[in-house]
Amino acid sequence: MKKTAWSLCSMCSVRCPIKVEVEDNEVTWIEGNPKILKGALCAKGSAGTALRDDTERPQQPLIRKGPRGGGRWEPVTWEQAADYIADKLKGIIEKYGAKAIMLSDRGGPFPDLHKAFIHALGSPNYSNHDSGCGRNVHHASLSVYGLGRKDFVYDIKNSKHLVLFGRNILESLRIAEANQVLDMLDAGGRMTYVDVRQTITGLKATRFIQVRPGTDYALLLGLIHGLIKKEAYDKEFIEKYVTGFDELVKFIEPYTPEWAATECGIKPKAVNDFIAEIIQDMPKIVFHPGWMLARYRDSFYASRAIQILNVLCGNVEVKGGQIFAKGAGDCGKKGLKSLDAQIPKPTDPRADGVGTKYKHFDKGPGLFHLFYDVMKTGEPYPIKALFCYRHDPLNCFPDPEAQKAVLDNCDLLVSIDVHYSEFGWYSDVILPESMYLERESILAVAKGPSPRIQIRQKAVEPKFNTKPSWEIFKLLADKMGVGQRLPYNTIEELWNFQLEPTGYKIEDFNEKGFISLSDGPVMYDRNNLDGKFKTPSGKIEIISQKLTDAGLPSLKPYESPAKPEKGKFRLVFGRTAVNAHGHTINNPLLFELFPENSLWIHKREATKLGIEDGDWVDVISDGASGTLRATVTEFIHPEAVYTCHGFGRQIPAQTRAYGAGVSDSRLQTGLLMDMDVAGGGLNLCEKFVTVKRSSKNMKRRVEL
Amino acid sequence: MKKYTLHLNSKRCIGCHACEVHCKTNKKLPVGPILCEISHPPLKAAKGFPMTEFQFRSCYHCEDPSCVPVCPTGAMKKREDGIVYVDQEKCIGCLACISACPWSVPQFNPATGKVVKCDYCMDRVDSGLKPACVSKCTTYALKFVELKEI
Repeated sequence: MKKTAWSLCSMCSVRCPIKVEVEDNEVTWIEGNPKILKGALCAKGSAGTALRDDTERPQQPLIRKGPRGGGRWEPVTWEQAADYIADKLKGIIEKYGAKAIMLSDRGGPFPDLHKAFIHALGSPNYSNHDSGCGRNVHHASLSVYGLGRKDFVYDIKNSKHLVLFGRNILESLRIAEANQVLDMLDAGGRMTYVDVRQTITGLKATRFIQVRPGTDYALLLGLIHGLIKKEAYDKEFIEKYVTGFDELVKFIEPYTPEWAATECGIKPKAVNDFIAEIIQDMPKIVFHPGWMLARYRDSFYASRAIQILNVLCGNVEVKGGQIFAKGAGDCGKKGLKSLDAQIPKPTDPRADGVGTKYKHFDKGPGLFHLFYDVMKTGEPYPIKALFCYRHDPLNCFPDPEAQKAVLDNCDLLVSIDVHYSEFGWYSDVILPESMYLERESILAVAKGPSPRIQIRQKAVEPKFNTKPSWEIFKLLADKMGVGQRLPYNTIEELWNFQLEPTGYKIEDFNEKGFISLSDGPVMYDRNNLDGKFKTPSGKIEIISQKLTDAGLPSLKPYESPAKPEKGKFRLVFGRTAVNAHGHTINNPLLFELFPENSLWIHKREATKLGIEDGDWVDVISDGASGTLRATVTEFIHPEAVYTCHGFGRQIPAQTRAYGAGVSDSRLQTGLLMDMDVAGGGLNLCEKFVTVKRSSKNMKRRVEL
Repeated sequence: MKKYTLHLNSKRCIGCHACEVHCKTNKKLPVGPILCEISHPPLKAAKGFPMTEFQFRSCYHCEDPSCVPVCPTGAMKKREDGIVYVDQEKCIGCLACISACPWSVPQFNPATGKVVKCDYCMDRVDSGLKPACVSKCTTYALKFVELKEI
């Protein structure tokens, strides 16, 4: 029997809308939703079928036997697994209270369900991966506009110039966005790319600036200086909507473009030419604030400086600039009913101190890594159970061994995931989720100029004894006696619950996989944006009231990043278009394309160390090391070495990925609590490593 | 007469290798054979900028293919529209075609024990669709071009 299902890809976190063709319960074709992506799909998206067929994923609930991480599992039924978890939780609640339970996910469009679950249990401790990802960007945006990073979209297609500071937009891939970039370039637009190494994005850029690692903020300050000195900024916009401009003018005085050029190790002409282009192109220019920006000690301030440039160019709510992401309310419609909103908020303060000790951070998910401190000290109160849903802290946060030592203070670790994650392998119970083609998810609104409600329909029946997350959380909630907080038994009941205020029906998704909430792009009146900025002053705050209240500067004086000691290199990391973090490395078809990572090292430095292209090299940080092959290139800054994130997996059940390549997280020893107190992000590029030619290289041939 | 060709707009290609996986999943190929390939010469500095360009290669569907006459069972065939393809029923997996092809385009499929090669997804083409690599190209960089005599 043939059928078509509308779904959302889940091979990475972008969740591109897809159309899935099915015959006799097998997927025959996946393509990008024709109405949105005209069929386009990336390599990961097509490899979804290989994930479905992959037997190297958990196939039924598993309870740990033997020590944590030992890899001995007892297959159990869902009932047994849920009873086991419920027993443990009840014990924890009795001893420490419900607040001792926490849950973390990977953000995205579906957290309403996860928040509802943890709040139904009575704990305020919902968190996600983002302090090792985009928190600096989010908090920078909040501090400037009072709006988060997802409250704006970038109208790249209609812009004249896209400026990217390490945002590798053509490899950390969002299909629709990548096509906007290429359309803009085809139409004669400009793209400036700033990074410490060449990438595919840099290849397509009209201007590529290779800076010394950690000096993005210097270049940004130089650009701001250039615009202000030339009085090239949108005076009317600033007059109307911005506070703190005078302080900025005073602050920026020493940071000339020439100073910036010296600091970044580039030619002054490159900076001045760049400034001239910015002036020509404003306001149709987008300075992208970054995505994964848990990198340098001043990344938060760099992201703020990017936003200040956007503001100076007056690109807010401008075609070709940044546009407010519109929701149902902006279209005169009612949004989806939230599960979480029906549940009384637990009254305990969050254990990570976000909202109490740290008032300038977004309380929503708080900051995951701070919970490690809580688990270690038991202050302000103990955390004894951790659920990770589709989140692998041991892969995405630094120093997994340090994390494991702290996790040992927990009485219960549960992984809910399609894959074996590094966390799952160390946990007590693995609850295997059905892979995305085998499950439905809750409905979600995709905000934007033309917002829509999206559906993930089940394309095929699960191959193994797995369940969708909506069912898993319901099962656990039932066992804990709070099942009524998740008021559904079937996915249709859940969807109908969500759709109730909207007036739409489940059938309304059948035609194209989504419901448009507007007939076309919704734009606010740019001359009347009062009330749109959610800062304490209601204005765009160059001097953030919240940062000032927290005793933090809004305009941080520049500090030059440390240079590596002799023989050491700054370890930087990134991505390619064929893999998404760690969880796709073991996919048979993606592994075939990219089986292990290598270490990029500058030719000059490699020569000094006697390293040739393709040699095995040992990368040594304090307390950890790894051996991988060298890629010797001229196109990386000599102070840095680079590797692709996600490799070096330590899960024997993933036979392909096991031990292939090196994990950058493992080398990032000592960085687990190295947080930017202003931005909340971790400083993952603040690790210096030693590199040497490995003894693994053959010196002579012994055998015939 | 050759009727079709695949053209890569290298300005739009981002070297994401999606076409290779689109092809493999459409043909249900296991790890091993890859029927089309994105590659690029090593980065080179041009006026101070590191540059390279992506290239796409699959079967050339030669006017006079060497793989067809060497096939002992007549499994390797050329259609009127120029598409060179393997009749899976007839292929015995002797690999003669692989040796005969100057570029070793045909490949062994360990799952079937037979040879597999790019046939422009002729089943799709025959039903008015485009080859998988083109239909799902991430950036619409690949085009399926119908050649016309001038």
